[in-house]
Amino acid sequence: MKTLYDKIWDSHVVVPETDAPAILYIDVHLIHEVTTPQAFTGLRKRGLRVRRTDKTFATMDHSIPTTSRSLSGFDEMAANQVRTLAANCAEFGVPIFDLNSPKQGIVHIIGPELGLTQPGRTLVCGDSHTSTHGAFGALAHGIGTSEVEMVLATQCLLQRKSKNFLVNFEGRLQAGVTAKDMILALIGKLGTGGGTGSVFEFAGSAIRALDMDARMTICNMSIEGGARAGLIAPDDTTFQYLAGREFSPKGEAWDEAVARWRQLPSDDGAHFDKNVTIDVGSLEPMITYGTNPAMSIPISGRVPRPENDADAAALKYMALEPGQALAGHPIDVVFIGSCTNSRLSDLRSAAGVMQGRKVNPRVRMLVVPGSYEVKRQAEAEGLDRIFKEAGAEWREAGCSMCIAMNGDAVPAGKVSVSTSNRNFEGRQGKGARTLLASPLTAAASAVEGRVADPRRLA
Amino acid sequence: MKVSSRVVVIPQENIDTDQIIPARFLKVTDKAGLGANLFADRPDFRALIGSGSQVLVAGNNFGCGSSREHAPWALVDFGFRAVISTSFADIFRQNSLKNRLLPIIVDAKTHSLLQPGTSVTIDLATQTLSIENGPSVSFPIDSFSKTCILEGLDEIGYILKHDSAIKLFEAQTA
Repeated sequence: MKTLYDKIWDSHVVVPETDAPAILYIDVHLIHEVTTPQAFTGLRKRGLRVRRTDKTFATMDHSIPTTSRSLSGFDEMAANQVRTLAANCAEFGVPIFDLNSPKQGIVHIIGPELGLTQPGRTLVCGDSHTSTHGAFGALAHGIGTSEVEMVLATQCLLQRKSKNFLVNFEGRLQAGVTAKDMILALIGKLGTGGGTGSVFEFAGSAIRALDMDARMTICNMSIEGGARAGLIAPDDTTFQYLAGREFSPKGEAWDEAVARWRQLPSDDGAHFDKNVTIDVGSLEPMITYGTNPAMSIPISGRVPRPENDADAAALKYMALEPGQALAGHPIDVVFIGSCTNSRLSDLRSAAGVMQGRKVNPRVRMLVVPGSYEVKRQAEAEGLDRIFKEAGAEWREAGCSMCIAMNGDAVPAGKVSVSTSNRNFEGRQGKGARTLLASPLTAAASAVEGRVADPRRLA
Repeated sequence: MKVSSRVVVIPQENIDTDQIIPARFLKVTDKAGLGANLFADRPDFRALIGSGSQVLVAGNNFGCGSSREHAPWALVDFGFRAVISTSFADIFRQNSLKNRLLPIIVDAKTHSLLQPGTSVTIDLATQTLSIENGPSVSFPIDSFSKTCILEGLDEIGYILKHDSAIKLFEAQTA
């Protein structure tokens, strides 16, 4: 009896683990501008080529402008990094979805969108949020630049097997409560190191009820709980999403693939090293108050008393007091975007709140679609008009204010409600104070100019 | 590989990679010089690490957050050869080993003995951490990574030695 993780692992072992780690075959390697230049330099020094240019795909997302698709007049270092990726891909024959490509977007948005992310596959990228792709039942995790070089050179990764950690989400979500709230609640329970050494498998009735966009939000933040990867067993929801996508199997191959994918879910009675169950029926919208994603409370809650120096330092950085309610706390910025929450359904839910309403004059609201394709679809539905009429900025696709490498930043001391994944000190800009929340909560807060419970505006 | 040094201590848990090196310094295309930006937005941490020490002691779950290898590059460039904590985030630990930066895990009791200025000697071959005027304790480390560091074994070269197995795998799964 095997878990989903065991099955994918076993089917990709080229050389089994001994004293040395296993040599694991990688089906898809996604690359971007920030974590690859040194890897290509390494290949050049060794005189090696990219082993499988048919399994390697590049895009630009982290350090690119979102105000336009032109690099002219843009930060010279960032522009150089972007041009370096293009030059490396040209030299080594790697396909690239560049700034002018309709397939450009955040790596973790375009992989699924193009059908590259498929059940049972192994997928890596030099970015910790690669765990996103686990929503399809693909074993996907972030790697460092040395490992990027390794995979470019060999299409393999040296890897030791992780532990199996089952996370059951049971029950039905109340209106106004989303996948983002589920994963924030889990990380709050486990802590940021709770999943270290493990791969999460997310299961239970509440997971089965989620669409693919929401499942990706859950798996995306596995790493914030310390797990390099998070998995969800593929089912009809998964297959419907993948049917007809550019890189999805077609015709007879599709039927064969679906039959194979149906064998992937964990066997009944398979062994998990750890497990936890969360009842989602009583969950409220969640929001963070501190400087790591585990420091969260229900939106009706109050900031807890610090338990140690680090907690106290976090509250000082955030300029919050123990016992203070977060609802009603004044804010300056709202960011809707990132690989956590920039898919079409995220934009739809935020637009649903914004429709017929205005962004509070004290707030700057930035809406950054996750990919060119998400942007195109959102515009076809008129979501861009809703945001713009409300007074929000509507941008080109990219990572933008989640990592603040491209000039989209929260000013020092300002408070941002953000749909992204990290509230670390300085993450959204030096001195920025980040409150992580769902797109619904972020949009409601933009309207009120204060942290707001989205259930009141529904 | 032996490291003898006085330790510097940042007594905080969950130090994430954005603290180790903020994202705005990731626009580089090489590895050199990143030490100048180590803990760039944390003057409090910079004050604690001073200069000249080769061993950093930090709280639980060090290196959580992003996969940026710039974090160990910055630590190594600054002069550190080992970090001691009660636990490390997985990707950071992996990235460190690939850059010959030793992530050394000790229990809470040993950790509490490591005060600013305490002299230690780390011997990778025997996997021993010796604390001056204190105990010597053994620490775990991945056996393969240890061999790679001690014998200068190259991981990519190691995989390429299995090229026929990779080709066979590709033929069987094509």
